[in-house]
Amino acid sequence: MVIDSINWMAGGPQGSGVDTASAIFGKACGYGGNYVFGRREYHSNIKTMHSYFHQRLSKQPIEANIADVDLLAAFDAETVVRHVSEIVNEGGLIVDSRDLSVNTLQDIKTFSEEYKNQIRDFQKENGVGETISDYLNYAKQRRIQVYAISYMELLKEIGKKTGIENLGTLSKMINVLTIGVSFALLKYDRKLVENAIKATFHEKIVDMNLTALNHAYDYTENTFDVKGFKYKLERHPINEQRIFLTGNQAVAMGKVLGGCRMQTYYPITPAADESEYIEAHEILKTKTGNQEAVIVLQTEDEIAAVNSASGACLAGARAATSTSGPGFSLMVEGLGWAGNNEVPLVITYYQRGGPSTGQPTRHSQQDLRFAIHAAHGEFARIIVASGDIEECFFDAAEVFNLAEKYQMPTIHLIDKGMANSSQTYATFDYSKVKIDRGLIVGKKELEDKDYKRFEFSENGISPRAFLGTKNAIQWYSGDEHNERGNINEEPLNRRKMMDKRIGKLEVVNREVPMEFRAKFFGDKDAENIVVSWGSTKGAIIESLNQLREENKSLGYLQIRMIHPFPSAYIKQILSDKKRIIDIENNHMAQLGGIIAEQTQIQPSHYILKYTGRPMMTTEVYGAILAVLEDRAPQRQVLMLGA
Amino acid sequence: MAHKPSEYKSGVYVDWCPGCGNHGIVSALQMALSELSIEPHQLVIVSGVGNAAKLPHFVKANGVHTLHGRLLPFVMGIKMANPALKVIGVGGDGDGLGIGAGHFVNAGRRNIDMVYLLHNNGVYGLTKGQASPTLKLGLKTKALAQPNINERLVAISLAIAAGYTFAARSYAFDLEHLKGTIKKAMEHRGLALVEILQPCPVYNNINTKEWYAGEDRKDAQGRAQSRLYKLQNSGFDPVVHDEDENFKKKLAGIEKAYEWGEHIPIGVFYQNPLEPTFEDRFRDRIPFYLENPPAKQLLKNTDGTSTVNLDKFIVDLKTTHE
Repeated sequence: MVIDSINWMAGGPQGSGVDTASAIFGKACGYGGNYVFGRREYHSNIKTMHSYFHQRLSKQPIEANIADVDLLAAFDAETVVRHVSEIVNEGGLIVDSRDLSVNTLQDIKTFSEEYKNQIRDFQKENGVGETISDYLNYAKQRRIQVYAISYMELLKEIGKKTGIENLGTLSKMINVLTIGVSFALLKYDRKLVENAIKATFHEKIVDMNLTALNHAYDYTENTFDVKGFKYKLERHPINEQRIFLTGNQAVAMGKVLGGCRMQTYYPITPAADESEYIEAHEILKTKTGNQEAVIVLQTEDEIAAVNSASGACLAGARAATSTSGPGFSLMVEGLGWAGNNEVPLVITYYQRGGPSTGQPTRHSQQDLRFAIHAAHGEFARIIVASGDIEECFFDAAEVFNLAEKYQMPTIHLIDKGMANSSQTYATFDYSKVKIDRGLIVGKKELEDKDYKRFEFSENGISPRAFLGTKNAIQWYSGDEHNERGNINEEPLNRRKMMDKRIGKLEVVNREVPMEFRAKFFGDKDAENIVVSWGSTKGAIIESLNQLREENKSLGYLQIRMIHPFPSAYIKQILSDKKRIIDIENNHMAQLGGIIAEQTQIQPSHYILKYTGRPMMTTEVYGAILAVLEDRAPQRQVLMLGA
Repeated sequence: MAHKPSEYKSGVYVDWCPGCGNHGIVSALQMALSELSIEPHQLVIVSGVGNAAKLPHFVKANGVHTLHGRLLPFVMGIKMANPALKVIGVGGDGDGLGIGAGHFVNAGRRNIDMVYLLHNNGVYGLTKGQASPTLKLGLKTKALAQPNINERLVAISLAIAAGYTFAARSYAFDLEHLKGTIKKAMEHRGLALVEILQPCPVYNNINTKEWYAGEDRKDAQGRAQSRLYKLQNSGFDPVVHDEDENFKKKLAGIEKAYEWGEHIPIGVFYQNPLEPTFEDRFRDRIPFYLENPPAKQLLKNTDGTSTVNLDKFIVDLKTTHE
C-alpha cells in the first residue's frame, strides 16, 4: 500500500474495556501527530462476547481500514484464535500467559459450532494444534514476536504500588496494562500516553491508571527486547488543531450547526449514540450569546419519533429523527405523511445488517432501495448518502437546507461503518456553512393575503408559515387536500397537487449543484471507472491512488445524492467506459440497478460485500486490480474482517 | 378579541351523518373556544384518522389531520417546539385506544399541557361499523357478524393509571355539560382527557341516544330515566389538593370510571394540578426554554451562517494536546 501505516488491534470480551483502551490509544497517537482510523466491531451483546478495535496509524491522513494487524493486544484467548491469521509476518502479539493452556475447541464457550468448524479447518490447513500454545508456535513460525505476560501477576504488582487489593478493580486495568505494553513495544513517547489517560479518565482514577501504565511500560522495557520489535511509532509535528471523532459525533455536531433544535429517537444501534451525544450538549454555545438549545425526545417507539419530528417542523423548528433499518421500517407511514404534507423532515438513517433484526451491530449498505421507495403512494423525497465522517458532518447540516428549500422529507443515509469508526481530521472549518430556510411568508405580506399553505406556484413550492402565525391559519391532512390543506378528492385538484409535489424533484435537479450530488476522483478520461456510494469511499480512494501509481487508468465516481438521481451527468460520465465497476456493501448491487434504470448503462463488474463488515483497502485494491487485469469474474464477493 | 362561536367555523362542508354526535361535539368546542376567547391562529387542533378526526377541517383554527392513532406524537412535536401554542387533540376510540394505544399510555408519562377529546361511540364508523376497543364483550352492534369477542377498555381508568392529570367524561348531546367540561380541560395545566360518549346512529344500535336518555327505563309518570348522572352533583371531589392524597384520588376516579350500564357518571373523575408538565421539566433543565423554544430560536446570523459555536463539542474530541 502507498500509505505507510502501523496497525494495532485490541480484542477481548465486551465490557472488558476494549473501547476505552482504543479511545486512549487513539488519543495518544493523535497527540504525537499521527492520523488514526479506528474500526470497532462488536456483538449484539452487553458482556462476554468478543469485540475488537482496529486502529490504523500514519503520519499522513488515512481514510479506511486495512486487514493487516501489526500488533495485537489480546485480552483473552478468543482474541488470539480469531485474529492470529491477520497478524503480519514479523508483527507482534501480546498475550496473557494464563491462556497458554486454553484448548481452543473445548474451553472457549463463546464459540459457535459454525465457528468451531472454521477453527478445525484452520488447524488442519496450517498444522496447528488445539491449544493457545500451539497457536503461539504457529505465530512464531511466521516470525511473529510473541509477548506472553502474566496479566494477573502484573496487576498484583500494580496493586501493591497503588494499595488496591480487590482483584475485580485491578482487572479493570487490563486495558491500560496492554496499552502500556503496546506503546512500550512501539517505543512511543510515554508522556503522550499519560496525557491521553488524564484526558480520558475521571480524576479519581487517573493516578491508579498512570501507575498501571508506567508499570507496564517499565516491565516491557526491562523484560523484552523492545528494539527487536521492528515497529516504531514516531512523533510528528502538528501545526493545526485536530479532532478524533466517530460518525455519530460528526452527525450530531453537523445537525446542531445546521439548526436542528429538536431531535427525536427511539433507542437503536447504531443510531442512538448520536442522540445521546446531542443531549449531553443540549444547551448550545452561540457566537453572539443567543440562548439556543436542542430538545432531545426519547419517544415510546419510532412511530412517535418520526411524527413528533414532523409536528415540530410544522411549528417552525428544524427537527430530525435518527434511526436504523428496523426503526425506519416503523417510520414509513410517517414518512408518507410528511411527503403528502411537504414537511421538511430530516431522517438520519444509519444502515446496519438486515432484514429484520439482522446483524444489529454490523455494517451494511442494504437499504438504499428501501430509503428511496419506502411508503405507499408516490411523493417527492431527497436522499443524500455521505461517504466519510467529514461528509457526515457537513451533510448533516446541509440536509436541513435541502429539506426546507424544497419542502420535502430528506433522508441522510449513512451506515454502521461510519457511525462507529473514528478518524482524525483537522478541526472542521464550518465558517462557510450557511442556513437557508427556504420560502417563508413574511408577516407584512400576510396582512393583506388570504394565506393558503399549499398554494399552487410555478415551481410547486408554496410559502411556508409556521403554526401560530397571525393571519396564516393552515390545515394539513394525510388525505389529498386542496391549497388550504382541506380534504379534497376531485380529479383535477388531485392531478394538480400530485404534479406540484412530485414536480419539485425537477427543481431539485435543476438547482442543487452537481459538486454536491456526485464527486469524481482520478482521471476523467480513464477507460475504467469505479461507481459507488457511501462508506466504501475510503477504501476506494486509497485503492485508486495505489492503482494510479501503478499506471492503471482509473476513475471513481461517488454518487452522493441518489434521489433524485443525477441521471444526465452520470450517463455522460459512464457512457464511453471500458469497464464500470460497481462497489457496494450489499448482495443485490442496489446502486448498480439504479444506474442501469436511470442511464440504461449496466456496470460490467460488481465488487460486493455482505458479511456485516466494512470494506478494507486491502481487498478493494485486490478486487479492482483483478478486474483491470481481466482475471475477475463479473461478480466478486469480499470476505475480510473477523 | 372575543369571537362568536360561529366565527370558529371554517366554512368547509361538514360531512358527518345527520344525527351524528360529532355535530354536538364541534358546536360545544366552538362555544368553549368563544367563551375562553381563544385566538384561532394560536390554536392547533390535531387529529388522528376516522370520522372524529375530520373535525379540524370544520373549525377555523390551525388543523393538523394526521395518521391513524398518531395524534399524540404530532402534538408532542408541535407543543415542545412551541409551547406557547394551545393544542387540542381529537380522535375516536379506535384511533386512541386501538391503533394508538401505545401513544395513549406513554403520553401519560409526560403530562404535556394539552386537551385530548376522545370521541367514544363503540364502533369504527368510517370503515362501516366494526367493534371498537370500547365496545363491551358480547355486544352485537348491527354491522357485526358475531357478538364482540373482546372486552372493552375503559378510557378514563386507563388514562388515570397512565398518569394523565385530568380525566373527564361528557356526552355529545349535553352541549352545556360538554362545553363546560372542555373549558375545564383547557383551563387545566397538563394532559387533560375528555372522553365524549357519543351515539353512532348508523352503526351502534345499542348505545343509542334513546338508550343514554333511558327511554327504556321510564318512571311511574312515564318519564325517561337518563342513564347519565353528573358526578359533581353527587358530591364527588376529583381534585388532588395535596400530593399525599394523589393515589387515593386516582383509585376513586378509576373506581367511578367502571360504573356502566344503568348508571353512567359524567364529569371530572380526576384532576391533579400539582404534577409538573413536560414543558416545566424541560424549563427546569434549560432555563430559557419557554421563551426560546425550538421554533423561536434564531439558528442563523444575518449573514446566513449558523449561530452555533461548536467549541463545547470540540473540546471533547481534540486530539492535539497543549
